[in-house]
Parts: sequence; C-alpha cells; structure tokens
Amino acid sequence: MTSALLSVENAVVDLPTPRGNLRAVDHVDLAVGAGRTLGIVGESGCGKTMLSRAILQLLPKKARLSGRVMFDGQDLTKLSAEKLRKLRGRSLAVVFQDPMTSLNPVLTIGTQLIETIQEHLELDLAEARQRSIELLAAVGIPAPEQRLAQYPHQLSGGMRQRVAIAVALSCEPQLLIADEPTTALDVTIQAQILDLLAREQQRRHMAMIIITHDLGVVAGRTDEVAVMYAGRVVERAPTPVLFKQMRMPYTEALLAALPKLDVAPHTPLPAISGRPPDPTRPLKGCSFSPRCRYSGERCGAEKPQLSPAETPEHLYACFHPIAAKVSA
Amino acid sequence: MMLQAAPDPLMKVENLVVEYSVGGKTIHAVSDVSLEIARGETLGLVGESGCGKSTLGRAVLQLRQAVSGKVLFDGHDLTTLKGEALRQMRRRVQLIFQDPIASLNPRRRIGDIVAEPLVIAGVKDPEERKRRVAEVLAAVGLDPALVSGRLPHEFSGGQCQRICIARSLVLNPEFVICDEPVSALDVSIRAQILNLLEEMKARYGLTLLFIAHDLAVVKAVSDRVAVMYLGRLCEVGPSEQLFARPAHPYTALLIEAIPVPDPDVRPTQSVPVGEPPSPIAPPSGCRFRTRCPRADARCASEVPELRLVATGQFAACHHPLI
Repeated sequence: MTSALLSVENAVVDLPTPRGNLRAVDHVDLAVGAGRTLGIVGESGCGKTMLSRAILQLLPKKARLSGRVMFDGQDLTKLSAEKLRKLRGRSLAVVFQDPMTSLNPVLTIGTQLIETIQEHLELDLAEARQRSIELLAAVGIPAPEQRLAQYPHQLSGGMRQRVAIAVALSCEPQLLIADEPTTALDVTIQAQILDLLAREQQRRHMAMIIITHDLGVVAGRTDEVAVMYAGRVVERAPTPVLFKQMRMPYTEALLAALPKLDVAPHTPLPAISGRPPDPTRPLKGCSFSPRCRYSGERCGAEKPQLSPAETPEHLYACFHPIAAKVSA
Repeated sequence: MMLQAAPDPLMKVENLVVEYSVGGKTIHAVSDVSLEIARGETLGLVGESGCGKSTLGRAVLQLRQAVSGKVLFDGHDLTTLKGEALRQMRRRVQLIFQDPIASLNPRRRIGDIVAEPLVIAGVKDPEERKRRVAEVLAAVGLDPALVSGRLPHEFSGGQCQRICIARSLVLNPEFVICDEPVSALDVSIRAQILNLLEEMKARYGLTLLFIAHDLAVVKAVSDRVAVMYLGRLCEVGPSEQLFARPAHPYTALLIEAIPVPDPDVRPTQSVPVGEPPSPIAPPSGCRFRTRCPRADARCASEVPELRLVATGQFAACHHPLI
C-alpha cells in the first residue's frame, strides 16, 4: 500500500498503570488512502481510541508508542512538537465524541473558527470570517452569521457537533479522524451527522477514519473495516466482504449480539459469554479464545497472526475461522 | 380513551402531566400521557433525549410529582398516597437505572447493597436477609459467596448492572421500571443483560416498563411499544406490528434513521433536517409538525388525539401513514 495517505505500521502503545503495563494497542497495521473511509470497530477498551490518539500523536504523556505512523510521506512519530502542531488542524483533523468538551465553552463559535483558520491559512479577519460563515452553512447550520456570536452552550448537541465538524474541515484537511462522532447524539441527529461527514468526505476527497462501537454505523458508510479486540486488529476487509464473508468468530459474535429490528420480540439474543480480558494480564494465546465457541487447544497456547484469506485485502487472525461461504 | 391493554391492567397512567420550572420558565416534560400496562406485559417506551420518557418513569414511581393526572397501580392511585402507604406500595415497584456503576454506593459491599431494600422493608432477621440476597445474586448469574464481600469497583459495568437487577428483585416486586438499562453497556454485554432481564421477568412473573432510545433494543424485549416525542405519546401498538407498519411519521422517521449493520442497505438520505424544538415552548397543535413532511395547517391548530389505526395500534396524527 504505497499509495496510502496514512499508514500505521506495527504500532504498539504501552501505558504504565499501578497494576502493571497495559498494552492498549498491540502491533497494529492499518492504511487509508485519499478519498477513502476506514471504519475501526470495537468495544470499550479494545484500543480503538488509543490507536487514533497514536495517529494524532496525542497520547497521554506516560504512554510509549513504537512503530511508525506514516502520513503523507513523513513519520509523525519523528516530527517535532512544532511541526505536529502545524499539521494538526491543517492536514490532520479530528472530531471527538462529545462536542461540548472539544469546543471551548468561553469562546464564541466565531472566535474558535476564525482562530483555527487564521492559525493555519493566510487569510485576513474579514476573509476568515467569510469562510467561517460558508463552513457553518456547509455543515447545515441555519442562520450561520448569527451563530458566529453564539457560545457552544447556546446550541444543541447536534448543532455543536456540526460546529466541531466545521472547525475540523476549516483548513481542508487531508485526513479526518472521527472518534465516535455520533455516540452522544440521538438517532435522528446521528443519521444527519453521518450523512454530513460522508458528503464532505466525498466533496473534499479526504481520507476519513470513523471509530465506532456500532457495526451499523460502518456498514453503509465505509470502504474498509478493521475490527479490534483487546488491542489488536482481529479482522480487516473491504466493508461488503467483511459483512458477507466474515471469518473471525468475534466479528460474527459481535454482529449476532446486536438486537435487530427484523427479529421477533422475546427472541433470546446470541450473547457473547464472559467479558474481554484484563489488558494488564495479556493472554498467551488468542485474546478472544476464552469467549469463543470455536476455540480449540491451539487457541489458548499461541497467538494467531493477522493473515490473508481468499483475497489479499481480507485479513483475519484466527486458527478456526468460520468456513468461507461457497457463493461468489 | 381506548388504550386498554387488558381488562385489569397492573399499571394505568391517566392524563399525566409533569412540568419543571427552570429559571422562571416551564418545561413541559410530560403532557397528558395515558398508558396501560397489563400484568406480565413488557411495555417499551422509546423516544429521543428530552422527550420525557425518563420523567414519565420517575413520575410513575412518584419520584417526581405530577401536576395532574393519576397513576393507578393495581387499583391504587399512587399520586394520592403519602408516607407509609406510599412506601408500602413502592416495595412492589422497582427501578433500574442507566449507569450501573453510579447506582451503587462505592463504599458498601455488594451483599449489603443488595440487602438494603430488605432492611428498609423491615426484614429484621439477618439470616433471612442473607438467604434472600444469595438467592437473587445467584439468579442474576453471580456467585453469592464470591461477590457479597466485594466492593462495586471490583466489577465491570455489566456485572454492576447484574447487581442492580438483583437489588431490584430482592423485595419480589411486581413491576420494574428499567430506564435505559443497557445504554451504557457494550454490545456483547448488552445482549447478556437483555437476556437476563427476559429470564428474570419469566422467573419472577414481572411486569416491565422498559425505557430506551434504541428501537432495536426495545423491540427485542417488548410486547407493546409506546413512542414519545416532546412530552406526548405519538403511537402505541404491538411491537411487531408497530415496527412493520408504523402509523405515525415520527415512528417511521425513527425506524428509518437506525443504521443497519448491512452494507447492502444504503443509508437513506431522506431523513428530514432539523432537530426537536425546545420543550419550553413546544409547537402548537402536533408537536412533531415542525419536522414532519406531512404537516399542514390543521396540524398547527389542533392537537391530534391518539386514535385506533389498526388492531391494538393507536397513533396521534392527523395524517397517519396507515
């Protein structure tokens, strides 16, 4: 994948804790090209957020990162703080889950937008203001001129997330990382925000990474999906392949455990028994094996490596994969 | 109003109105809501944040005083009960909250937390309390001998929710209100807890009011579903039927907006823009009209009443979809 805009190579993130070392991200390789959308799916504690922070070089101070994060030809892990600051907000943008914490509560929407734009682009105040108005209009905020004078608390959660997206898009980033962008929002608002992200991604030919716990969010809106469990990518495939030809039992179990609208009420859900392993006490074998119904002897003793299935784009880490479906 | 679920409902809410006063303004949280829940039934209550679904749940339990209306539990109007009489009645009605970790006192041991309702209810014999606690802990899938002496922080969110469920069952209630019981849990754990609630319902003969924002979660456990928007009920009906043929445009919008975990189902782009208006100044007439593709002049002037649109299905809409 030489053409990728971003490639994460063999990333490992270790966090020291009072209980010992916590390996939050365990040898992860990922790539995303311009104009493409990658979904990273996993449950709490699987390392998806730490991975996004590793990409942004925004890890907690005590965290140790090894591996490479190649973005547009340079290794972000080797850049100076000053160079990184120039890159973040300009070429690398991020939208977080909670817009109330990503926006500054004591500054107006206008100040925050204009400040970001002037920090990175050579525009005078009037031009930056004009651009802010255009951005707010583009993300679907009514009466954008009046909004510039408002504070975040005067907007609803959905509107605040639109503003956060406007800030992220303000300098035409090459890569947008959206970390659970709709988890804090209601379902009708969620659909609007996901549509907005998809539309802007297409229009600007950005690369986008959507991090979510919701398989429903990635299904219709990503080109490729990586499923994470206990710090590792356990399956990675083009989105349609992942949903139709999943090989990793965890992916199957996660999808099966979702309540679905086309199932009759009171149908017992195929729950995944047990819970994820303690990340400070890594297992020798496959991390999912204690919860896996296909698990065999080898699974407890040896870690399965992420390896290709029928096609080189489809990778999974399992000794007892679900049989490939015969249909083309 | 014809909202009869059964000839002898366990819980009957009549024309309930709940309002809050915030900074001199009135928030119309629950406006004229009537509901019935039959014995042994699970009624799902869905709606987006701020629609009043949690307030309704709390008002049923008398944790929030209603402005007007009645809450008839097994024939007794809870809104008129006070003191000891209300306390006696509350034993039969329990509540499970969204955040299981915040619902447990971090300084108390699990055994004591689960026994507390028994202490309050006046069960004096410690052996009897211990026996009951052990029974419910085992029922929710925890080993009483292992967990009783431990503190809440030693448990995961899913396990804490099991403990909360055990605590809610220790007094043998008839009616349990579950307010977003699985929203804070991961997918793999959520399925375990939903299955557990269903098991407990069968085992203890419970009647449930299941409040959630997630339609698929609500459908998984509910016999009937009530949809709420800005303090009013939009639609009530049997789960399967309501999801297959929604009558209210808001129900249809909610169903359409759910992201489906299937890449062949392309996300619809038809979801109307706009957000729910403020409950401080709800729109006149039908409260959904400002976001509704079918709204006309009548919707602005006349509040739609819930009326029968199909067997057992009621919708409050001037222009229902069926």
